[in-house]
Amino acid sequence: MEYYRDRVVRFLVICSIVWAVLGMTVGVYVAAELLWPTIDFGQQWLSFGRLRTLHTNGIIFGFGVSALMGTAFYSVQRTSHVTLFAPRLAWFTAVAWQITVLAGGISLLAGWNAAKEYAELEWPFDILITIAWVSFAIVFFGTITRRKIKQIYVSNWFYGGLIIVIAMLHIVNSLAIPVTLSKSYSLFSGAPDAVVQWWYGHNAVGFLLTGGFLGMMYYFLPKHANRPIWSYRLSIVAFWAFTYSYIWAGPHHLHYSSIPEWVQSLAVAMSLILLAPSWATMINGIMTVSGASQKLRTDPALKFIVLSLAFYGLATFEGPMMAIKSVNVVSHYTDWTIGHVHSGALGWNAMITFGTFYFLVPRLVGAELYSVRLANIHFWLALAGTMLYILAMWGAGISQGLLWLGLDEIGELSFSFKDIMASMPPYYALRFVAGLIFLSGTILMAYNLIMTTKGRKTLQVRPPEATT
Amino acid sequence: MKAVDLHKKLEENTGLLIFGILFVSSIGGLVQVLPSIFQESLSTPSENTRPYGALELVGRDIYIREACSVCHSQQVRPILAEVKRYGPYSRAGESVYDRPFLWGSKRTGPDLHRVGGKYSDIWHRLHLIDPRSVVNNSIMPAYPWLAERPANADDDIQLKMLVLRKLGHPYTDAEIEAAPIALEGLMEIDALIAYLQVLGASAPPGDKP
Repeated sequence: MEYYRDRVVRFLVICSIVWAVLGMTVGVYVAAELLWPTIDFGQQWLSFGRLRTLHTNGIIFGFGVSALMGTAFYSVQRTSHVTLFAPRLAWFTAVAWQITVLAGGISLLAGWNAAKEYAELEWPFDILITIAWVSFAIVFFGTITRRKIKQIYVSNWFYGGLIIVIAMLHIVNSLAIPVTLSKSYSLFSGAPDAVVQWWYGHNAVGFLLTGGFLGMMYYFLPKHANRPIWSYRLSIVAFWAFTYSYIWAGPHHLHYSSIPEWVQSLAVAMSLILLAPSWATMINGIMTVSGASQKLRTDPALKFIVLSLAFYGLATFEGPMMAIKSVNVVSHYTDWTIGHVHSGALGWNAMITFGTFYFLVPRLVGAELYSVRLANIHFWLALAGTMLYILAMWGAGISQGLLWLGLDEIGELSFSFKDIMASMPPYYALRFVAGLIFLSGTILMAYNLIMTTKGRKTLQVRPPEATT
Repeated sequence: MKAVDLHKKLEENTGLLIFGILFVSSIGGLVQVLPSIFQESLSTPSENTRPYGALELVGRDIYIREACSVCHSQQVRPILAEVKRYGPYSRAGESVYDRPFLWGSKRTGPDLHRVGGKYSDIWHRLHLIDPRSVVNNSIMPAYPWLAERPANADDDIQLKMLVLRKLGHPYTDAEIEAAPIALEGLMEIDALIAYLQVLGASAPPGDKP
């Protein structure tokens, strides 16, 4: 009789938490650099451009993907009633991924940069990512193939979508001819390259930061609320509508640029349509938890997950609005975009991951959470940090957008770029403080979970006896 | 068969589910992205657009290395205020030799697509080494190391040009042959300035400010 392979899950969860602390610390540091530009001390590796790239990569690929891999391995076993297929390959996936992100992060500090947003790692790392990703796919789909439950559960569709679509996007967008170990030239150039890059960039957000984490939601929310998913049909419709329509929305990152007009217009239409499946999934999640309101009052893990759905709703509403050209003309190129990203990344991705970890980690070691009180404090720090961050960036972004466009009564520019920039420090200071608050909450969680697992072995759990 | 029953089939077959996701998620890319890749007008250089010279190319790769595009866009939108502030709006044909494109998505600093010729080389040198010496409240990082490293430190300029030629940039044998000489005795900062000064030179002739 075999046990669920949960040690690899534990490893990935620990890595994810380490990346969260590291990535957010770097984020706070670059926020400080925008206030005090000399704190790079003339060091190349502390320079804003390199650190900011490390921040985004560390958070998305370190914190985010490690959490997704860990929770995918955990939930796919339990929704299939079998242990992981090819467990050694699962370990290989986990370790290879960590080495890739770590070495890749160092290469970013050294100035290796492919200059494509969220795909900055140079070609050697693109190859390593592909290898790790293919082994992830083999383990995941291999496990599903030998499942003892007839139906593939909905969380696995989303994790599956993550694996398949990200593979497609990564391979196409990374096509390049190497010059040296640290330098390559993209196969695409100019306007076509822009369209390819934002097909990648937008859908990395779509299928990794949205779809992947929806997989997490679809397993851990019903499990934790102890309720079945509210509407099975809605989850089917929302999944396929989401998978179909997300892909089209990428060019809304290129409004008023020199890509074809029809591509931009189509992206607006599809971005608006995307609101429907996004909110359908949110409604499905909230309705699922609505029967468990008692638990919602007392359980920090569930509070995090439900709050994350609220921010998911905010971000997936704001996104389509910003995709409308007449809004985008103000919001594009400004800090509003940064705020939008963080309402998703802090409010949705980080919070659902925190909620999931508070639920999952005690179960992995068969213990109670070390401190519910600390987790509750973390909840309020995370909420305050996220709200302040978004407010600061709305303020900064909308000011920038409107002031840049401002013309006086004789048709001349009202403000110089320099003067507008000079009005930013209060917003940037608020953002820095917001980041610090959010980071301190994350450190509390790390401490809480370390104390929960300290000295404890990973629990050995058997799959249930054969059922249909 | 009812739709829900049809979906049962997908849910009970791993291969079908994988195929379904791949199929449904590719449609957008095939209809929207593929035509853009093969649309000739997007890959035809504008009248004034030429491949970067050796020194400019080194400068562009430094711009990439320091992730300048994180804070500076290179895409002027066709909007009155924007054209007034920066200059003629950007055309697709102007970026055909940009691998990758560097349009950016954020203006923590100003757009740079028309920055060429706006400031002197000396201004750029002072600004890169210590931004606050020329713009008092600038939050741009300083790049002192650019003045300390030779432009040919990596010794790969010919290799770069050969790769780009393979990708369709029309470099002649003579240009590639002469490339190392063009970098002789110059520093990285000179290369970056050469790149910045050529930005905007590709604007349509009748459109120059």
